[in-house]
Parts: sequence; structure tokens; C-alpha cells
Amino acid sequence: MAETLDIRTDNTELTTREITLNMGPQHPSTHGVMHLILHLQGEKIMKAEPDIGYLHRGMEKIAENLLYGQFVPYTDRLDYLSSMTNNLGYVMAVEKLVGLEITERAKYIRVIVSELSRISSHLLAVGAWGLDLGAITMVIYAFREREMVLDLFEMLCGARLTYNYMKIGGLRGDLPPGFKEKCAEFIKIFPKRVDEYETLLTGNRIWLQRNKGVGVISAKDAIDLGLTGPSLRGSGVKWDIRKDEPYLVYDRLDFDVPVGTNGDCFDRYMCRVTEMRQAASIISQALQQIPDGPVNVEAPDIVSPPRQDVYNNMEALIHHFKIVSHGFKAPVGEVYASIEAPKGELGYYIRSDGTEKPFRVKIRAPSFVNLQGIDPMSRGAYFADVVSVISSLDPVFGEVDK
Amino acid sequence: MEANEIEKENVLLEHPVLVQKVKSRFGKSIIETAIFRGEITHVIETKDIADVCNFLKYDLDFQFNFLSDLIGVDCRPLNSYFEVVYQLYSIPHKYRIRLKVRVKEGENVPSVTSVWRTANFAEREAFDMVGVVFEGHPDLKRIYMPPDWEGHPLRRDYPLVGYKDQYNPFGVEKK
Repeated sequence: MAETLDIRTDNTELTTREITLNMGPQHPSTHGVMHLILHLQGEKIMKAEPDIGYLHRGMEKIAENLLYGQFVPYTDRLDYLSSMTNNLGYVMAVEKLVGLEITERAKYIRVIVSELSRISSHLLAVGAWGLDLGAITMVIYAFREREMVLDLFEMLCGARLTYNYMKIGGLRGDLPPGFKEKCAEFIKIFPKRVDEYETLLTGNRIWLQRNKGVGVISAKDAIDLGLTGPSLRGSGVKWDIRKDEPYLVYDRLDFDVPVGTNGDCFDRYMCRVTEMRQAASIISQALQQIPDGPVNVEAPDIVSPPRQDVYNNMEALIHHFKIVSHGFKAPVGEVYASIEAPKGELGYYIRSDGTEKPFRVKIRAPSFVNLQGIDPMSRGAYFADVVSVISSLDPVFGEVDK
Repeated sequence: MEANEIEKENVLLEHPVLVQKVKSRFGKSIIETAIFRGEITHVIETKDIADVCNFLKYDLDFQFNFLSDLIGVDCRPLNSYFEVVYQLYSIPHKYRIRLKVRVKEGENVPSVTSVWRTANFAEREAFDMVGVVFEGHPDLKRIYMPPDWEGHPLRRDYPLVGYKDQYNPFGVEKK
């Protein structure tokens, strides 16, 4: 007892020891159920160990026991902030496996909804980030625009969170009347709204101090750790699957891929903000170029016929019944299809043994891989910086834990 | 796939170097090569996988600096082995390639964490879900399931509803 008192009075003899702090699993700044074990020396982080799995639902096991088409609604529950891109990644992988080329109109609609999804996901990322760092106005502004995107999605498919809009071979429905106009209206006002966010945050002194030079990661380390999406591009690596391995119609659209220079939290923030502007420009180009035509491929074995035909046509009814009850057989083989989801590379590896159910489905969830960046980014930083680092990686735990 | 079919596809391939140069360099280590939907898969001898990965990462013709994914697959009951699938990507060249190793129950796979750090979580996941053991991994422990969990959920013999215990009354009775 006496010794402890001595240490307290004499500052030169101050001794510290490493302590372990459990952040989460129930913590507002971990964006879900993440348990982060922090090894602290005073307020400095020596090591940050993410402990995950609290939301593990065994998606891949479920997929092995379902028909190909039945797994699409489950993908909604992975990254639940951008369900459209999850649907897209999965249906693209299955289409690649069975060798199906979708229609032009469906391609454009898929681009439009994925970019809307990117906007809504980045809005939530930036909004929640502001909330974590005390800029509470930001989240309210972000939700105002996110609401508009969700209204558009509600027009499309009736759902606001888990859309299940894409299906193998096309889409569940064409654009409803009035969608194009409403979407164009949103795209028109959206860049001005992004300017508003930037006046709130980009020049804000507190925002800069909390994010500039925090959570720095070099380009080499970022690639080595497998970071993708804004987390990789923030470090200056210009790699975007939409540009480098164009899928759908991205090669016909003109857009820039923003990159950062320092690889800190602020650069990742700027990447997201610029990507939102680019997404708006992509949508407006796609809305202009979109051709007329069917949205579903005519492949009666794989894609169920239009509902009207099912009621009136015997063959269509048989095909519909066949697809719903038995699914379709995929050729033996394995494919990997990946897309640029808002969080990074979302890949689906599907192996087929020739039956109606996949032999193995593996989901390459960008948030899961990006989570490995927490440790190198927060080493040597202060405890409060961990909050910025987590927000800058934008993990969604539905996807991390699968 | 038959050998002459591979040759036929070779002509159509966008990047033939991925088949030819890998084969000439590691001819002995490659068990088979398959091309499906334009994707190249090499099945590699288990003991050589770390060397092959190291070569593919640093050779200037390939520069596979990015490990997209590492996948554990239980191939039973069709075959008696497990597979580990490496999905590589080269950011400078924009190539993709897939490597595979096959292991029997009880055999280990050399870890590639020293080649790509991202393999850390991925190998832990493959270990947790399928039960493949990676030799040389710095911290091989479960990632999704709790540390005291028994069994590996993505194995073929693991029931979809899990095993019966106090938390899971609908599970399958353990034998």
C-alpha cells in the first residue's frame, strides 16, 4: 500500500502495465456485434484483435441445402445495407455457372440499382461515422437522402431493406411507371446534397483532426492484407472491378475511380464522398442509355415465365412448376464471380456437382477481409482513434459473420 | 478435361501464360489443369503450394499480389479428400487464377500467411468450417464458432440443424 502511494506522489517513477480492454460485442461504435480485444499501454493501442462470429448464421451451409434460386433472398441478409449488390454478385455467379447471358435492359437496370445501393450504403457509412465522432447532424442529413433511395427501391420491389429484386436470368420486375422520372429527380438534387455534407465535414476542424493521419496504411500493406473498395483506394491503389474487369455495362459508362494519397481515415472518407458523386453520374448516364426490351432471358428451364403466361398457358405453367419445385441442374464445374460492392470485392465461389443444389458456395465478404486492417491501422494510435478506424472500414456484421 | 481439349481452349485463352509458364515451371507439382468458363484451375501437390504461391506473387510475368479468397471444400462423399482453393488476382496484370490442393483427413497444408497476410483470417475460417489444418499459421484458432465448439459445420457429415444440446433442442442426436 505504501509503495503504491509513493508512485503516485513521485511522477518520475510512474509505472504502467499493459491492460486488456474489451470493446463490444455490445458497443455503439462497433457497427454491430463485434468484440474487439484491445491491448492498451496507457491510452496507446499495442494490439487490436477482432473477435467475430456473434451473428454467424451458417449461410454457406444453408446454401448447400437449397436450390440455386432459393438462396437469393438469403444473400439480402449478408450486407443488409446494400442488398442489391449481394443479390447481383450471387446471380452473376450462377449465371456464369450455367452460361446465361442476360438481356441488355436487365443489365442497365442492374447497374442503376447497384449504384443506388452504393449511394445508400456510403450515406450510412459516412452518417454513422459522423455519429461516432460526434457530428450528429451528418447522420440526420444522410438519412434524409437514404430515405429517398429506399423510396425508389420500394417502388421497384416493395421492400425497403431486403429487396430480393434480382433473380437468376434477370429481374423480378421491370421498372415501374414513374421510376425513371423519380430517379432522375433524385440524381439531379443529390450532388447538391453531397456539397452539404462536405460543408459539414470536409473542412471541419474537428473532423480533420480526428481523421487526418489516423489509421494510416500503406498501399503495399493494404494489398497484402486484402483490403478492397474505398479502404484500398484510400491508400492510392487504383483498383476497381467495375473498371478493371468490367461486368454488366460499366465499360460503356464514363466514370472516375477516386483514390487517396495518404491512406488515412480522411482519404477513405473522401473516396466514399467522391464515389457517391460518381455513382450519381453513372445512374444518370444509364438512365439515358437504357434500351427497351424484356428484362428476363427466355430460358424456360432456368427462368420462370412471366406471371401472366403462367395463368393462361399450359407450357408456361409446367415450366413454372418445374422451376419452383425442382429447380434446374447446373453443369459440373466451379466458378468465381466478383463485383465491386460498396465495401469492396464481393465474390461468390460456386462449385456444382451437376445437381439442382450447389455443392459448395463460398462468399468472399469484403467486410470480413477488411476487418483484418483494424490491427495494423490502430497500432500505436490512441484509443479514441479506434472508433475512426472502424468507421472508416465500414464493416457490416451480417456480411462479416455470414 | 482431356489434354487435347485443354490445348484447344488454350488457343482461345486470353492469357495463355497462366497455363504455359506455370506448367513449364512447376510441371512436376501440377497434378491437373482445368479450364471452365474461361477460369484456369491448377491442382498443385500439397507440399509445394507455398513455393508455387511465392513464385506467382514475385515473378514479374504474374505478380499475383492479391489473394482474393481462400476456400475450404469438403469433397466427400464423391471423393475422399478435402480441397483448399486459392483464388488469386494480379492487380498489375489483371489476371485471375485458381490453385487447389487436395488433402486427406489428418494431413496438413502449408500455410500461405507468409506470402499474403490476408490468408490469416481466411485460413482460420477454413480450419473452423471444414477442419483443414494449416502448418505454419501464426494463430490457428476458430473464427466464427466459439473456441469450445465440437466439429466443423461445413463438413458433409455435420447436420444442417446442428447437434442436440441444451441450447438446440431441435438438433440431431449425437451418436
